[in-house]
Amino acid sequence: MRSIFYILSALAVMGLGFWAYRENYQTQSAAREVRELRQQIGLEREALAVLNAEWAYLNRPDRLRELASINFDRLQLLTFDPSQFARVDQISFPPFELRNVSNSVEVIGTLEGAQE
Amino acid sequence: MSDNSELRTPLRPLARILAARRRGENPDNIEKENIRLRHEDMRDKSRLRSEGRLLVLGVFFLCAFGIVGVRMGQMAISTPIEPQSSGSGTGIVALRADITDRNGRILATNINTSALYAHPQDMVNPEGAAHALVGIFPELELERLLRDFTGERRFVWIRRQLSPEQQQAVFDIGEPGLLFGPREMRLYPNGDIAAHIMGGATYGREAVNSAEIVGTAGVEAQFDEFLRDPVNDGAPLQLSLDLTVQAATEDVLYGGMRLMNAEGASSVLMDVYTGEVIAIASLPDFDPNNRPRPATEGDASQSPLFNRAVQGVYELGSVFKIFTAAQAMEEGIANPSTEIETQGPLRWGRFTINDFHNYGPRLSLTDVIVRSSNVGTAHLAQMIGAERQRTFLGSLGLLEATPFEIIEARGGRPLLPPNWSEISTMTISYGHGLSSSPLHLATAYASVLNGGLRIEPTLLRQDGPRLGPRVVSAETSAAARSMLRQVVSRGTASFGEVPGYEVGGKTGTADKPRPQGGYYEDRTIATFASIFPASDPRYVLVVTLDEPETFIAGETRRTAGWTVVPVAAEMIRRIAPLLGLRPEIETEGPVGITLSSN
Repeated sequence: MRSIFYILSALAVMGLGFWAYRENYQTQSAAREVRELRQQIGLEREALAVLNAEWAYLNRPDRLRELASINFDRLQLLTFDPSQFARVDQISFPPFELRNVSNSVEVIGTLEGAQE
Repeated sequence: MSDNSELRTPLRPLARILAARRRGENPDNIEKENIRLRHEDMRDKSRLRSEGRLLVLGVFFLCAFGIVGVRMGQMAISTPIEPQSSGSGTGIVALRADITDRNGRILATNINTSALYAHPQDMVNPEGAAHALVGIFPELELERLLRDFTGERRFVWIRRQLSPEQQQAVFDIGEPGLLFGPREMRLYPNGDIAAHIMGGATYGREAVNSAEIVGTAGVEAQFDEFLRDPVNDGAPLQLSLDLTVQAATEDVLYGGMRLMNAEGASSVLMDVYTGEVIAIASLPDFDPNNRPRPATEGDASQSPLFNRAVQGVYELGSVFKIFTAAQAMEEGIANPSTEIETQGPLRWGRFTINDFHNYGPRLSLTDVIVRSSNVGTAHLAQMIGAERQRTFLGSLGLLEATPFEIIEARGGRPLLPPNWSEISTMTISYGHGLSSSPLHLATAYASVLNGGLRIEPTLLRQDGPRLGPRVVSAETSAAARSMLRQVVSRGTASFGEVPGYEVGGKTGTADKPRPQGGYYEDRTIATFASIFPASDPRYVLVVTLDEPETFIAGETRRTAGWTVVPVAAEMIRRIAPLLGLRPEIETEGPVGITLSSN
């Protein structure tokens, strides 16, 4: 009985040791991963800043104006003009059609026995 | 024993001495015995004290060595870990915050680049490297590089910024003594748009692995601390400018400047309720990415770095008349239909005040503004008086530098007459003798015409109106707007009509002062200060042309009505839709005509 108890406790100690060992290495690898991700986020941020700068550079008004005049034949873009404001009723919407009435509900009835 | 100090035992107690004498003993022995006891007592006490001290010292050393030992043990058994900053992931933030317009479009940002430096002692082939570098960067001097690379120097800066292509070309030289340091570079992606507001930036203290960026002018200098403050966590500085409107403004202004053969031009577009400057331009301008050095000789006001809208103070001419008219109405001196004497010329001492045309003996106050009569305005100013005029103009902010948030604004201080005499009052009433900047004028117009509440010009985006103390009543403000509307619909600024936008405004043509005194005959500053829409004011636009000249209808024209007004009208046509203003169908006739009392 006693020997079984010793063996079991020895096994338990070995198991716990193995578990602690694994946890330790998992923690370390998780920490490494976090570090790598942080670094990656930093690089992505840097790239984002460059892309933002490039976006702003490509969308600078001078360039857009030049592009609009180069492509005038195809796009015919003109500067925004007061006459382009319109009221909703100036827009030609598609003609309005009445739909067929189906599943109608009777709302008129006769009062039976009302004459009496 | 402790009582001994208080109750000193006598050395020769009488009782014992008498007893000893009786026994025939020597009483001196008693004294010696007592002395001995006393000495023993003293010795015990000092020994105890020393022991205590030794104990304290011992404990102290034990603790000290213990701490050292424990710390050494800790260090020996712990694994070495590189210290790392932990946070919620916001980690890397640029050295200097971005600047954006009111819609978040980037006006200034940073990009990463490299700086090139050399360690000549590590060089394999200094002559070859110098020749190759001059091949890549033609602006470098070969002799200087050769001297630096072969001389005693151990460190040489070559260039502060490299493009990636240039960096690759330097790599291809294959010289181990040429090294790169990371750099952040300030980039203004829109080039010369809003150049005077941006100002520019340069490097401050430099080291191999980083350099600080320091603003040199404009908002970059004004908000230098804010932009560099890490506490803001990279939050951008949001300006009140609208990039699209600013670009359209500069486009039209440049076209107008060329068309009217003007030397320079400026414009200010301001929200009348918040004081936000939506667009502000000064031509000629420059590229803040490559800011030119300030001119060391010549007139600084001719330099492209000079901000005509903020720093330039000019006598702006008849645009000031509306202030005189507004004050006259406010003080009850006149109402819009009061007849004012306009018979010229008006003589005052050795001065003569004349009108462009002779307008006959009298005009109503509205017509004095509409036809722009100097004589009539001068008569009004005489009735107002110097002191009240000065107070009123001061309340509009025309007598001190504007609080506009660029560093140059402090230099835009109005020039006042040294002695505010009656003749000064009369000339200032139509805009001569007092110099102010176009930004001052825009601020004063906004304050008078927005319903009469003082506003301050600002470059930062505001969330709501920032209205200051009342300067004129709402009625006076409405009457002044009606007058300005009539100036456009039937007066000197008839070219300023933009259908649907109810433009109201006042022209001003001022002869330029000669540097040696007096005025030029043939050089003018033409200004158009306008408000739109006049019945429900939203924006004030001030456009100024410096020395315009155009040949229209058989005459060389230099007056504002022929030069700057068409430019301003075109500008309003372009920018009003961009500002989201829809054209309205106008009601005919002056606004205030039904406000008669019985």
